[in-house]
Amino acid sequence: MLNKVDDYIYEVPQDRQKGMRVPGRIFISDTLVDKIEQGTIDQVANVATLPGIVKYSMAMPDAHLGYGFPIGGVAAFREDEGVISPGGVGFDINCGVRLLRTELKAGQVTPIISNLVEDLFHDIPSGVGAKSRLRISDHELEQVFTQGAGWAVDAGFGVKEDLEHCEENGCLKGADPKHVSLKARKRGRPQLGTLGSGNHFLEIQRVDEILDQDLAKKFGLFEGQITVMIHCGSRGAGHQICTDHLTVLNKAVQKYKISLPDKQLACAPIGTPEAENYFGAMVSAANYAWANRQIISHWTREVFQRYFGDIKMDLVYDVAHNVAKIEEHEVDGSKERLYVHRKGATRAFGPGRPEIPKAYRDAGQPVLIPGSMGTASYVLCGSEGAMELTFGSACHGAGRIMSRTQAKKTYSGLDVKDSLSKRGIKVMATNPKMLAEEAPEVYKPSSEVVDVVHNLGIARKVAKLMPLGVSKG
Amino acid sequence: MEPFQYLEHTADVKFRARGHSLEEMFGNSALAMFNAMTDTSKVKNRETWTIELESESLESLLYEWLSELLYLFDVELALFASFDVKLAQAGSKQVRPEQVGSEQIMTEQLGQAQSGSGTGSEGWKLKARVGGERIDPKRHFFETEVKAVTLHQFEIVQEGNLWTAQVILDV
Repeated sequence: MLNKVDDYIYEVPQDRQKGMRVPGRIFISDTLVDKIEQGTIDQVANVATLPGIVKYSMAMPDAHLGYGFPIGGVAAFREDEGVISPGGVGFDINCGVRLLRTELKAGQVTPIISNLVEDLFHDIPSGVGAKSRLRISDHELEQVFTQGAGWAVDAGFGVKEDLEHCEENGCLKGADPKHVSLKARKRGRPQLGTLGSGNHFLEIQRVDEILDQDLAKKFGLFEGQITVMIHCGSRGAGHQICTDHLTVLNKAVQKYKISLPDKQLACAPIGTPEAENYFGAMVSAANYAWANRQIISHWTREVFQRYFGDIKMDLVYDVAHNVAKIEEHEVDGSKERLYVHRKGATRAFGPGRPEIPKAYRDAGQPVLIPGSMGTASYVLCGSEGAMELTFGSACHGAGRIMSRTQAKKTYSGLDVKDSLSKRGIKVMATNPKMLAEEAPEVYKPSSEVVDVVHNLGIARKVAKLMPLGVSKG
Repeated sequence: MEPFQYLEHTADVKFRARGHSLEEMFGNSALAMFNAMTDTSKVKNRETWTIELESESLESLLYEWLSELLYLFDVELALFASFDVKLAQAGSKQVRPEQVGSEQIMTEQLGQAQSGSGTGSEGWKLKARVGGERIDPKRHFFETEVKAVTLHQFEIVQEGNLWTAQVILDV
């Protein structure tokens, strides 16, 4: 069913399923490939049937069963004959991760870790139904959709330098809020500045190990340093935008006579009103998510300043891992403009790309891989291999291996909290029961996933971060 | 007949909901969705919401019904546990039901997709009275948050007088 074509590269043959226009490629180790589900491979094959797909339907080593695209799926489409599909982005548009570095050492933070986590949990609303501390007007929401993190900085949440260290400078071009429904606005307005729930988190971490001295220095990281990682997305606004446009694109599939193996792959040809309207709305949601992470960063800094005075907390980087973007890539020797969909995958541009901030450009883009609760997170650096193999993409996390139902049967939330606490990790959550679903054991070990992208030359390992305190929804 | 059951899915929530009528199946699908988030037996019937929808197929109507409930959950901060659903196949002469303001604006904005409505096409209409209450953090505990209703492996099957819907929720 899967053919190994090289170390860490498995191919889904083009004749596996009727209608595949290209083969599939799963970048994975020999041990992880045994754990991959049949359904995930089916989803890789389904994506390969979409019109205008370039080279391969790809899946990263953390790939697991999703809807439409697999989670960990990457696909690029030609501008002239390709499609745009919300199934390749997901409902949580621009779900992503950012990393703040401090000048603090672990020893300064561990004695007061409980206070810090409690304050973060209190100051940054999380969980179902949480309302933001922020009250924004309709007009301001419109600006959030078009200006992203830039709006937040102008409104006093953070500094200009934050924008330089953000993928797309925290604002993707092409936002068209005309195609954001009133429903999406109603959901989005009270939720700007909230973390959400599920696997979203805010984590205080310690740099556990430096894996590349030069690159770590470049990214301002040192062993024993305290960092803060924020993982969240576009909240109800993004979910509603995807829901609204999925209905429209489902009808477009019939109109443009596209044959699909799965309704969740609903799409429309690039350039058609249905595709462009979705794209303009999707970009608006992506910008909302960047503003959201920017506001949360500001409140995080306020909490730290309460304890440590006027300390510096610079943004290392901010990555999106659910998004579709127009990018230039080399295809068969010539440069082409492609619509790259990354669903549960991180952009990992190698050195020299103009999209990378000046400070990092000669090294490569920082790639942030959040761990599951209680496990290591990683900072990597995008490499040339990514440009050759994966349209400049790497994994986005650990990847689930156990269902939520099974997790709840196997673990109790309170036990999970206790065992983390014994390892010195302070966890706060709105409902401890929820922690069972996110127990560390329900994910693949992130180290295995990260090793694959490192060994493939997609992204090099820079630093390993271990959690000290976690605030969850 | 079990009103609904959850099936194995690695990352998301997958359920099958049943009913001896379409109306019952629509109600049980909604219950399955909310029960994935919280214990719906703790939800009291204190307030009523009215939902009216129209769609060109039964599948899209179910998708829009569940999506509408999620929307209401998010903006009203309310949980629902009783669903009185009425369905009708829309005839050519029937007037488009009155819609809430937001829905109207959305359909205008999303433009071209609405072309079939009101022109005698075979559509479905839904009218529902939904009972529930506002979220009370002291009594309602959430085990998971449903982000959205997906169309992946989405299907409605009729066997005799038994209707079954299969739905995957993004959580």
